[in-house]
Amino acid sequence: MSTAESIRAGDIRLASRLIRNLEDKNPRARELVKELFPYTGKARVLGLTGAPGAGKSTITDYLISSYRATGQQVGVLAVDPTSPFSGGAILGDRVRMQKHAQDRGVFIRSLATRGALGGLAAAVDDAVHVLDAMGMDCIILETVGTGQSEVDVMNNAHSVILTLTPGLGDEVQTLKAGIMEIADLFLINKADQKGASKLYQELMRMLNMAQEHHAGWRPPVLLLQNIAHPEEFARQVEEVRNKIDEHYQVLLDKDILGQRERRKARLQLGNSLRASLLDPVVRQLEQSGEMDRLVRQIVDKTSDPHTLADELRDRFLR
Amino acid sequence: MAERNLRVMVAKPGLDGHDRGARVLARSFRDAGYEVIYTGCHQTPEQIVEAALQEDVDLIGLSCLSGAHKHLFPRVVRLLEERDAGDIPVIGGGIIPDKDISYLYEQGIREVFTPGTHLQTILDWIENNVASREAL
Amino acid sequence: MYFSKELLDSCSSLRKKWEDEVRRVVEKHGERDKRFTTVSDHPIKRTYDPLDIQDTDFQNDMGYPGVYPYTRGIHSTGYRGRLWTYRMFSGMGTARDTNQRWQMLLEQGQTGLSTAFDFPTLMGYDTDDPHAAGECGRCGVAVDTLEDFRILLKDIPLDQVTTSMTINPPASVTWAMYCACAQEQGVPLEKIGGTIQNDMLKEFIAQKTFMLPPEPSIKLISDTVEFGAKHVPKWNTISISGYHIREAGSTAVQELAFTLRDGMAYVEDVMERKGMHPDEFAPRLSFFFNSHIDFFEEIAKMRAARRIWAKVMRERYGAEDPRSWWLRFHTQTAGCSLTAQQPYNNVVRTATEALAAVLGGTQSLHTNSLDEVYCLPTDHSVQIALRTQQIIGEETGVDNTVDPLGGSYFVEKLTNEMEEAAWEYMEKIDEMGGMLAAIDRGYPQMEIADASFTYQQQIESGEKTLVGVNKYVTEETEECPLLDIDEEVERSQLERLEQVRKNREERSVKKSLEELRSACRKGDNVMPHCIEAVRNLATEQEICDVYREVYGEYRDPGLF
Repeated sequence: MSTAESIRAGDIRLASRLIRNLEDKNPRARELVKELFPYTGKARVLGLTGAPGAGKSTITDYLISSYRATGQQVGVLAVDPTSPFSGGAILGDRVRMQKHAQDRGVFIRSLATRGALGGLAAAVDDAVHVLDAMGMDCIILETVGTGQSEVDVMNNAHSVILTLTPGLGDEVQTLKAGIMEIADLFLINKADQKGASKLYQELMRMLNMAQEHHAGWRPPVLLLQNIAHPEEFARQVEEVRNKIDEHYQVLLDKDILGQRERRKARLQLGNSLRASLLDPVVRQLEQSGEMDRLVRQIVDKTSDPHTLADELRDRFLR
Repeated sequence: MAERNLRVMVAKPGLDGHDRGARVLARSFRDAGYEVIYTGCHQTPEQIVEAALQEDVDLIGLSCLSGAHKHLFPRVVRLLEERDAGDIPVIGGGIIPDKDISYLYEQGIREVFTPGTHLQTILDWIENNVASREAL
Repeated sequence: MYFSKELLDSCSSLRKKWEDEVRRVVEKHGERDKRFTTVSDHPIKRTYDPLDIQDTDFQNDMGYPGVYPYTRGIHSTGYRGRLWTYRMFSGMGTARDTNQRWQMLLEQGQTGLSTAFDFPTLMGYDTDDPHAAGECGRCGVAVDTLEDFRILLKDIPLDQVTTSMTINPPASVTWAMYCACAQEQGVPLEKIGGTIQNDMLKEFIAQKTFMLPPEPSIKLISDTVEFGAKHVPKWNTISISGYHIREAGSTAVQELAFTLRDGMAYVEDVMERKGMHPDEFAPRLSFFFNSHIDFFEEIAKMRAARRIWAKVMRERYGAEDPRSWWLRFHTQTAGCSLTAQQPYNNVVRTATEALAAVLGGTQSLHTNSLDEVYCLPTDHSVQIALRTQQIIGEETGVDNTVDPLGGSYFVEKLTNEMEEAAWEYMEKIDEMGGMLAAIDRGYPQMEIADASFTYQQQIESGEKTLVGVNKYVTEETEECPLLDIDEEVERSQLERLEQVRKNREERSVKKSLEELRSACRKGDNVMPHCIEAVRNLATEQEICDVYREVYGEYRDPGLF
């Protein structure tokens, strides 16, 4: 069996290795994605975003159970921030999902942002393809949740779910940061805590003011509470899943899905084009030591970044 | 070729919750530039091994202070072998008496670190003994 | 202000002169360090004088021993009336092994028993559960059913000794077993005395021995508090613990603040959920602190703890009975201060820490054995640890007077600083909406993780000294004999459990578990149902599984 075939057959370790090679920008990894790409397009992709401490991983944990109960295979890509100082990262999201560790129908892979700013990791585009080709019915993307505008998730997911909690103090900011427009579904987690009803009212007010969403889909607001009673919490998450399904149906009915897919394809082509044009150039410049020389020119003011870039373009794109 | 970050798992098998050492280690690994997958407390060997495969780690560090290391550490090694992943090195730490250490070596634990070990000693060991996985 | 203006004025001018002189000396000879700090990184001044405590009010802040706010001790006669209880924590292997160790300790003059359980017992698993594999009897005694408790307490006069049980999530179950045993021995519940640790908040914060989510965990604790107040009046139903918070790497102030704030959360829950007045239950609340290596910081911490608690109980919760204002506490010397290197040095560390606990006014004390950093202690090392207490208590004379350090400029100032810093933390937690909300947000967990990381770095860099580890290191290893737990223990425990399961009456087990389940669902007090279930030989895990089913399981949130 070829590597691609093994991955398609569900070899988790190989798939995880491929994702790592993608993270490492290994050229061979791109070749493998090319082989896998024809087998993608079946998975539904959910994006889960919200501030740290909002309970994203716990909700993911329950969503996994909910999808598993319907017999679907679930993949999770959980993203945590890379330390800008060391380049290392602590990937701790899976702690809250460890009860699924032994379920072969669940594949959880943690990724570090490695400098990406949009709330996901650069390799997520392709990692989604890998999980999709493996036959995952549902793929959940869990963003970093640093509070910055995590708009990358919109380009990768069919449904975007924004989780808010009372008492974190940054709810309104989060809403103002423009993330409002990208969410298809709002969750108020820990709704039994102080400040929940105020948050709910604020959210409803902003939703009422917002312009019409796609095809008349008005993003619903769901409350999650009573985490102390797992059965009850599971029932509420069940309701979330129903809403996600409803949203997906709207996407299908109104051909919004097509629009989203085209947008996604356009962005991915752009990203990939940048990577295939740029990465080899940068690599060559670094390896030959020319990069250092160019950097000095900019610092010494003997040239400027734009002039140098134009020169490089002319040289490499001849 | 772009740099390849080491992916290291810090896992706590067994029922004790003394995670002070594991957490300090996880932070130190992050500060050394590794991507650290932390499993949390009270993990069974089965959960640890499955997570290690899904995360494609280069090293598994086990921390156990309950005294059950003689049972739990070798079990992780056996399960890795069963899953065709015996190449992932396993190291262990915790309150481990000298006489148990040689037994753990025999059972395939690559290195054992006891209380008071300098973090740098552990990092040096990793630098010298663990390589990032080969590309596919 | 209890210094005259004249004295303070003269003090100011004397201090100025002295400081000039010091500056000269320091310029010429320097000092050993740029910064002098406690082990918790709390800054310490070169010296202290009346100016440092000019705002301390003698009556309201210090006063006399046995008088509110009890800074100087809760009993007017201190240790002149009665020494602290020598309470050595022990438990190992099977119930029979532990029973034998207890008999030995009682013969040697120990006055209270203290039980360590093994991890499966602590986590609510039976010995035959897969989670328990390899753990049986390792860190304490294994208990599955009432049958184990019968052996554990054989020939121990339960109306005469008090027993402390270090157990948390399944505390209601083990306490039920103890109660059932007492009744079988013919000792009524009103006569038995002891303590169950039963403090779940510090588990979420620090020790991570958890089973149920925080909310139902607190509910079960309030059940035991209520049951104790009504039926087992001499029992301490919670031991609100800072020990483990400290062991997880916190500073002294964090230990103080989080522990007291935990205590407040329990008081609030019992008041709200059970509608009880604090005076109905607060006298049975007890505390448990760590005594770490930084001598004066520990003493100040314990003095501040008494003062804060007295104020909180009287002013915040309106308790009127002075016994509700008392902070009574057990102390254990710091396990985390011991080193595997040069283990005999641990005797000295433990002695120093024990002395601090005594000068801090502890009610009972466990001294760690020199080999506890490796494993359960041997009989010999336990004896040295016990003797350490006996020497402090019966030879040194430090207990001839109550609170001998009271009035020390330094100790009073440090006590004030501990109190202020603790209030800052507690107010922050109040702002978050209380301890449960703070835990949910990971606040105390993160504060401790940061402190522990800082300390570790200070050790690595040599900024703080650990003898035998980062200074005065020797190459040769000192071996000390270690206690080994026989693999046989697990086999015999499994056998007994199987026997019990075979011989008990299944129908009554099922029925009592069913009644417990319905009590859980209705929110009734679980204790009577628990006692009934253990009498019918339901196992610990069978009861805990009922809890798990109704309340759900809590998992490590893995915050960094």
